[in-house]
Amino acid sequence: MDAFADARLRRELEATWYVPRGFVGWFKVVDHRTIGRRYIVTAFVFFLLAGVLAALMRIQLAMPENRFIGPDLYNQIFTVHGTAMMFLFAVPIMEAMGVYLVPLMVGARNIAFPRLNAFSYYVFLFGGVMLFTALLLNSGPDAGWFSYVPLAGPDYSPGKRADFWAQLITFTEVAALAVSVEIVATVFKLRAPGMTINRIPLFVWAMVVTAFMVIFAMPSVVTSSTLLLLDRLVGTHFYNPAEGGDALLWQHLFWFFGHPEVYIIFVPALGMISSIITTFTQRPVFGYNAMMLSVVATGFIGFAVWVHHMFATGLPQLGLAYFTAASMVISIPTGVQIFCWIASLWRGTPRFATPLLFVIGFFITFIIGGLSGVMLAVIPFDTQVHDTFFVVAHFHYVLIGGAVFPLIGGIYYWYPKMTGRLLSERLGRLNFWVLLIGFNVTFFPMHLLGIQGMPRRVYTYPAELGWGPLNMLSTAGAVLLIAGGALLIVNLVRSYVAGEVAGDNPWNADTLEWSTTSPPPVYNFLHIPIVEGQNALWDRSADRPVVVGIRSDCREVLVTGVMDAEPMHKTQFPEPTLWPFACAVVASAFFVGSIFTPWALPVAVVPLAITLIGWFWPKNRRPVRGEREAATLQEVRA
Amino acid sequence: MTAERRVLDVSALPPHAFGPRGLIWWGTVGFMVIEGSMFVIVLITYFYLRLQVSDWPPSLPNPDLGPGTVNLLVAIATCVPAALAKRAAEKFDLRSVRIWLTALTVLNFITVAIRAFEYPALNCKWDDNAYGSITWFLISLHTIHLATDAMDGAVLTALSFTDRMTKPRFVDVSENSLYWYFIVVWWIPIYLTIYFAPRWL
Repeated sequence: MDAFADARLRRELEATWYVPRGFVGWFKVVDHRTIGRRYIVTAFVFFLLAGVLAALMRIQLAMPENRFIGPDLYNQIFTVHGTAMMFLFAVPIMEAMGVYLVPLMVGARNIAFPRLNAFSYYVFLFGGVMLFTALLLNSGPDAGWFSYVPLAGPDYSPGKRADFWAQLITFTEVAALAVSVEIVATVFKLRAPGMTINRIPLFVWAMVVTAFMVIFAMPSVVTSSTLLLLDRLVGTHFYNPAEGGDALLWQHLFWFFGHPEVYIIFVPALGMISSIITTFTQRPVFGYNAMMLSVVATGFIGFAVWVHHMFATGLPQLGLAYFTAASMVISIPTGVQIFCWIASLWRGTPRFATPLLFVIGFFITFIIGGLSGVMLAVIPFDTQVHDTFFVVAHFHYVLIGGAVFPLIGGIYYWYPKMTGRLLSERLGRLNFWVLLIGFNVTFFPMHLLGIQGMPRRVYTYPAELGWGPLNMLSTAGAVLLIAGGALLIVNLVRSYVAGEVAGDNPWNADTLEWSTTSPPPVYNFLHIPIVEGQNALWDRSADRPVVVGIRSDCREVLVTGVMDAEPMHKTQFPEPTLWPFACAVVASAFFVGSIFTPWALPVAVVPLAITLIGWFWPKNRRPVRGEREAATLQEVRA
Repeated sequence: MTAERRVLDVSALPPHAFGPRGLIWWGTVGFMVIEGSMFVIVLITYFYLRLQVSDWPPSLPNPDLGPGTVNLLVAIATCVPAALAKRAAEKFDLRSVRIWLTALTVLNFITVAIRAFEYPALNCKWDDNAYGSITWFLISLHTIHLATDAMDGAVLTALSFTDRMTKPRFVDVSENSLYWYFIVVWWIPIYLTIYFAPRWL
C-alpha cells in the first residue's frame, strides 16, 4: 500500500463518489456532507428570520402602550417565531449536524438511505418557505406555537392561518422522521470495524437517542395536527365537545410529543458538550458508561412527563402528583452528566478556547433554567405563574442555554472540519461574552415580570402596572443579542475566505472525523479505518490498520454488525438522482393543496406514485445469464 | 508510512444480506416502528374519545360485521403467499418469487376492493360525531397502508419480470413480505376496535 496505489485509489473514489455540479446537478445531490451543509445553512436562515420576529416583539414591548405592532400582527409574529424556532431551527439544526457528522464519526462513506436524506431536506425547505410566505401574505398562524384548540379550531380561527401551522408540522415531521431512520441505520449498520457498541462516540449516542425519541414522539404530533386539519377541512369532530370530541385530547397528543421535543433538541447538545470537553481537556471523558446510560435514561423519562405542561387544566390530583415526581426524576440523569463533565474538567487541564467557553456558558444558563424548571414542577407555583413571562424566561434559559450555546460551541468546534478554516478566536471570545451578557439581560428580567404577573403573548400593557422598566431592560439586552448574532455571522463569513487554514485535526481531537482532510473528500475516508478504542484517534496503533477490499469503481460500502461492528456484507449506494427532489415537490404541493381542498389527495396520488416508482426503479441491470446462475449456485452450495 | 500496515480484507463478503444483517431491513423496520407508533396513538385516541360519552356509538347503529370480517380472513390468507415469496426470495428462486409475488399482489388488491365495501358498512359518516370521525380515521389510516403496499407490490412484481431483478432486489422481496405481515397484524386490533368496541364497550 504505497503512495502510488493510494493516489490511484483517490482518483477512482473521486470519480465514483462524484457530487454532480451545475444547475440540474444541484437537485441531484445525495451526499451527506452537501445535504448536511444545506440543512445547516437553511436552518440558520430560518433562525435569523425567527430572530427578526423576536426583535420586532421586543421593540413592541419595550414601552407600555406602544403602537408599533397591532394585536393581530403580534399574534402572528409570536406564533411564527415560536413555530419556526422549534420546528424549523431547533430540531432540524440538530438533525442537520447529525446528517453531516454521524457518518464521519462512525467511519462511513455516506449516510444510510442517501436519497431519503435528500428528500428530507427539500421537504424541510419547502415547509419553511410555506410558513414564511403565509406570514408575508397576512396568513401566518396566530394561535401560539402549540396551537391549542378550541382557539385554533374551526369556530375561533376562521381563514387558513391554523391550517398553515398544521401542515408545517406535517412537512417538518416527515423530514425529521426520515433523518431519524437514516441515523439509526447508519449508526447500527455502517460503523467502521472495531467500533463496538461501547466505543461509539457520545455525540453519536446522543444522536441515536434523539432519533429514537423522534420516532416515538413525532407520530403523536402528526396525528394531532392531522386531526386538527380534518376538523377544519372536512368537518370531523375530534376536538368538538358538542359532538363527543374533546379539547384536552389536543393537549395530551401535543405534549406527549412536546415534552420529548425539548429533549430532542437538548440531547444532541449534550453530545456536542461531551465532544468539546473531551477535546479541550485532552483526555477521555469521565464516566463514559454513566454518561451513555444517562442519555438513554433521559430518552425514556422524557416520555413520562408531558402532563406537567397541563397542570392548570384541572386533571385529577393523583395524576398530577405522579407527573411532578417524574419531572423531578428527569433532573437526575442530567445531573449525572453535569457532574461527569465537571469531573472531566477538574481532572484535566482545560484549554479555554471558544468552543469550551460556550460550554461554560451552557453550564451557567442551563443550571438557572433547570432550577426554574424544578420550581415549575411544583404545582402551586406553576398555577401561580402559568402562562406568564416566568415560563417564557424558563424555556429560553433551557433552550438557548441548553441547546443554542452548545450548538454555537459546536459550530466553532466543527467549522474547521466543514470548511477547512478556523474561526477567529479573538472574535469568538467577544462573540461569547456579548451573547452571554445579552442573553441574561434579555431573559433574566422576564422571571421578575412573570412573578409580577405579566402574562405572555400580550401585545402591550398599561403603564400603571409598572412593567415598563424591566421590559425596556429586556429590549436593551435583545440589542446585545443581535450584536452577538451579527458577530457570529461576521466571523463565519470572514473566516470562510480568510480564516487560518485548519489542517486535518487542529484541536488534536479523538473522533474519526478528524482523521480525514478538512473539508472531507467526497468519499470521506480513503481507507475505512479500523477502530481500536473508545477514543478512536488517540487509541490507534502506529500502523493505523484499515479495511481493504471495498470496491472503488462503484459506490460500495461495508455493512457491519450492530453490537461489535464486525464486517457482514457489502452493499451499493445509489448514484445522484432527481427523483427525491421531484417526489418532495409533489409531496409539498399535496401538503399545501390539502390546506384548501380534500381533493388534493386524489389529485396527488398519480404524480406521487410516478415519482416514487422512478425513485425505486433500479438503474442497474442483471449480469448475463451464465454469470448470474454460477453466482447463485455458488451461494446455494455455501 | 514505513511499517507494514495491518489490513482487514473484506473483498470476499457477499454483496447483500437478508433480515437484520442487511441495511434494508433496518429502514423497513424503522418505518414500521414509526407507523406502529401512529397506530398505537390513534387507537389510544379512539378509547380516549370513548371515555368522553356514555353511549358508544353515540346515537348511531353498530357497524355491520360482514365486509370487515371477510377482509380479515383474506388478509390472514395473504400471509401464505407472502411467506412463500419471502422463502423463495431468500433462495434466489426467481420462478417461485414471480408466482408468489403475483399472488400476493392480486390478493392485496382484493383487500383494497373489499375495503371499499367496508366504508358503507360502518353505518356512520366522518362528520356525524366524534365516534364517526375516529372510526373513519382509524380505518382510513389502515387503508392507506393497504393501498400503498398494493402499489408497491405491483411495482415489485413488474420488476421481477424484467432484467433489473438483481440479487439486492430479492432482499426487497423478502422485506416486502415483512412489511406486509406488519399491515396484516395491525388489521387485527384495528378490526376488533372498529367492529367490536361498539358492541362490547
